[in-house]
Amino acid sequence: MTDTPPILQIRDLKIALPKGADRPFALEGLDLTIEPGEIVCLVGESGSGKSLCAGAIMRLLPEPHVHVAGGAIRFMGEELLGKTETEMRAIRGEDIAMIFQEPMTALNPQKTVGWQLDEVLRLHTRMTRAERKARAIEMLERVHIPDPASAYNAYPHQISGGQRQRVVIAMALLLSPKLIIADEPTTALDVTTQLQILKLIRELQEQEGAGVLFITHDFGVVAEIADKVAVLCKGEMVEQGPAAEVLNNPQHAYTRALIGAVPALTPPPVKPVTQAPVVLKGIGLKKTFAARGGLLSGKRKAVVAVKDLTFQLHRGETLGVVGESGSGKTTVSRIVTRLLECDAGKVELDGKDLLACSPRELRAMRKYIQMVFQDPMASLNPRKRVVDLIAQGPIVHGADPDKARADARKLLELVELSPAAATRFPHEFSGGQRQRIGIARALALEPKVIVADEPVSALDVSVQAQVLKLLADLRDRLNLSLLFVTHDLRVAAQLCDRIIVMQKGEIVESGLTAEVFANPQHAYTQNLLSSIPGRDWTPPSFRTDAA
Amino acid sequence: MKLPLPPILIYALRRVVQAVPVIILIMIGTFLLLKLAPGDTVDALVGDMGGADAAFIARLRAEYGLDQPIWVQLWRYMAKLATFDFGWSFVYEQPVSTVLLDRLGTTLMLMATSLSIAFTAGVVLGAIAARRVYSATDNIISILGLVFYATPSFFLSLMMMYLFSVKLGWLPVGGIKTIAGFYTGWDHVIDVAKHLIMPTAALSLIYLSFYLRLMRASVLEVADLDYVRTARAKGAGETRLMIHHIMRNALLPVVTLLGLQFSTVLGGSVVVETIFTLPGLGQLAYQSVVQRDMNTLMGIIFLCALIVVVVNFLTDLLYARLDSRIELA
Repeated sequence: MTDTPPILQIRDLKIALPKGADRPFALEGLDLTIEPGEIVCLVGESGSGKSLCAGAIMRLLPEPHVHVAGGAIRFMGEELLGKTETEMRAIRGEDIAMIFQEPMTALNPQKTVGWQLDEVLRLHTRMTRAERKARAIEMLERVHIPDPASAYNAYPHQISGGQRQRVVIAMALLLSPKLIIADEPTTALDVTTQLQILKLIRELQEQEGAGVLFITHDFGVVAEIADKVAVLCKGEMVEQGPAAEVLNNPQHAYTRALIGAVPALTPPPVKPVTQAPVVLKGIGLKKTFAARGGLLSGKRKAVVAVKDLTFQLHRGETLGVVGESGSGKTTVSRIVTRLLECDAGKVELDGKDLLACSPRELRAMRKYIQMVFQDPMASLNPRKRVVDLIAQGPIVHGADPDKARADARKLLELVELSPAAATRFPHEFSGGQRQRIGIARALALEPKVIVADEPVSALDVSVQAQVLKLLADLRDRLNLSLLFVTHDLRVAAQLCDRIIVMQKGEIVESGLTAEVFANPQHAYTQNLLSSIPGRDWTPPSFRTDAA
Repeated sequence: MKLPLPPILIYALRRVVQAVPVIILIMIGTFLLLKLAPGDTVDALVGDMGGADAAFIARLRAEYGLDQPIWVQLWRYMAKLATFDFGWSFVYEQPVSTVLLDRLGTTLMLMATSLSIAFTAGVVLGAIAARRVYSATDNIISILGLVFYATPSFFLSLMMMYLFSVKLGWLPVGGIKTIAGFYTGWDHVIDVAKHLIMPTAALSLIYLSFYLRLMRASVLEVADLDYVRTARAKGAGETRLMIHHIMRNALLPVVTLLGLQFSTVLGGSVVVETIFTLPGLGQLAYQSVVQRDMNTLMGIIFLCALIVVVVNFLTDLLYARLDSRIELA
């Protein structure tokens, strides 16, 4: 160990932010060492500076606004910060490779997969065309892409998200780099795909003996893959150590708070809600996105989004709808609120069929069923003040505007925002606060049912825990029923009394959350549950102020 | 339903079928609009003759079919059009199709050269400006673009005429060729080219600034995208990034604009052709309006509609070629 230098050694790294940012340095005094064959996880919430660290190593920071202000980055014993651009170009892609977060956008849409793999070899080697192609196809095989030869000729949009991420990994590993930087490589993927990709990174890294710097915000992923963990909080490293140590016995308060916020895979105690009256009932719901086009326009194949879905939601209950992307869970939430017309079936709200309502009746019914949307950035009108956003619903339904605004201020308190927030605009709030505004907006009409479509998936884990707690709280206090759509099984486990598991528009399993988690019957559910990253790790519980 | 044709042909066929109702609607619409305008061919002819008695005017109207109700006139015109018979121009005393074909070449040449120059130069300058964003180069290019963008084409034309023809005497004032020159062969080509320099410049400079601004914005946007960062992380140099990763993607919105603007360029050529007295469709359109030459005017509109439809089809083909995500179907 002593004679080979570590692959990467970061000493006292400082990255300066432009004037006017929330802090002068994005990173301050980061020390990090990666030995050969080691996976080091850099963990932190959004804005902690973890991605900029990767940028600094690759020397791809958006200079001069953001630049390295001090410290040293030694790669294989050589200082990277002093290298010229030409030298760096030779290192990038050959010795240090990077895997990015968004497989959807990380590949050039206008070039074939093969061309983009080929480019790496063309830039760094003197192989002939035939050799390069053979090498690229071999690499595609190693990342387990079905039919590598046809994937080689495909354009990125013709392959799935998981496969695209495999292509990006193949591209990164083509030249057996000594250091691989993976920046949230699995965040955008479904859990089953995520597990496959994590396994793949581990497997390839073991074969190559490379060092991996793995950037993530997800402690489940850390538990799955890390050898060593470094925790970043607002640019400062607060804790570093072997994975088992940090995960099970965190020392710093921030790490404890973060880990405490990770939802444990233990479902809530069974509530006797099944005796409560049924508030919302879906019967035989069907939705097919019809084949479009004909002689005069382009054709599109018909997609069955939901086929024959039946469910019941009791008062005061939370029903989770879980499934991977494309399973039809979002379509369900839109049919139930009649934001999308469905082809067949009934949605009964307190015994009245919502789908048979006339437009006028529907408008009156809308107040009983409200939605909380996924993206708190996009779902609030940026040109309206918070108080108007919240009061808008009641005013439309005929409430006195002054009273509605006064009620809106009370609601802000209910969702634990200061009343001063009322006169501000949505962009002045953080993601978690905005989601609280979204919840207040939904509550303003005093609905019986709230349909929440992935309400916490855009939030950091500690904020996520707070919003979930708020939702559970409000549900119990106001005797609300929640239809909770999520892809995150940890979140579902924490909040939902019952869940239905969807696959390709069908319910494959439903039941009490505790029972489904303890003893999944359907193969798909079993697969989903066994793919949860870090499922063998139970976050230690420190009942601090966080969760 | 399965036709043994390549998909591109099926697509082309469908576009032709789609174009027919569009053109028919345009023709009916303009026919009715033109009838709304006071005065007709006979008024203009009689005005040229210096007046005539009422009986003669009525006979003339009957001869041209102008005494019929508008619907009958429309039906007759459309029926003739269906056989590609554009009728007779009473001003030029020639079939309209002959008049049009005489003029088409000049206009097409003017438009094609102006647009290609505007597009090429706009794209290149826009890309350069974006790569050196906020530098002196960028500022000069952007300011020049803004100046041309803000200058009306007639003003630009007159200023150029004054400078290059009147003051410096380098270029001919107007027309398509030197009338008494009787040049042949290469001399003829050079002569025509000399006559076209100023009109082309006047027409293209304005459109150039459109492309320039759009290309600059587009390159700036694409340069920040993830796949460009991926390419950087692969170790690609700046030239390579520009050619392979940025340009191709940045061109897409510019190509869309190219298709859309073709019709406006047709409109712009009316002004430029009139000022430079080029015997093209634009000038013809202007004169036909003044002389109430309905048949010629309708013929020009038909031709323009056809050109726009064809150009849009070609743009879509080009777009599909440039953007691999789009499949023609």
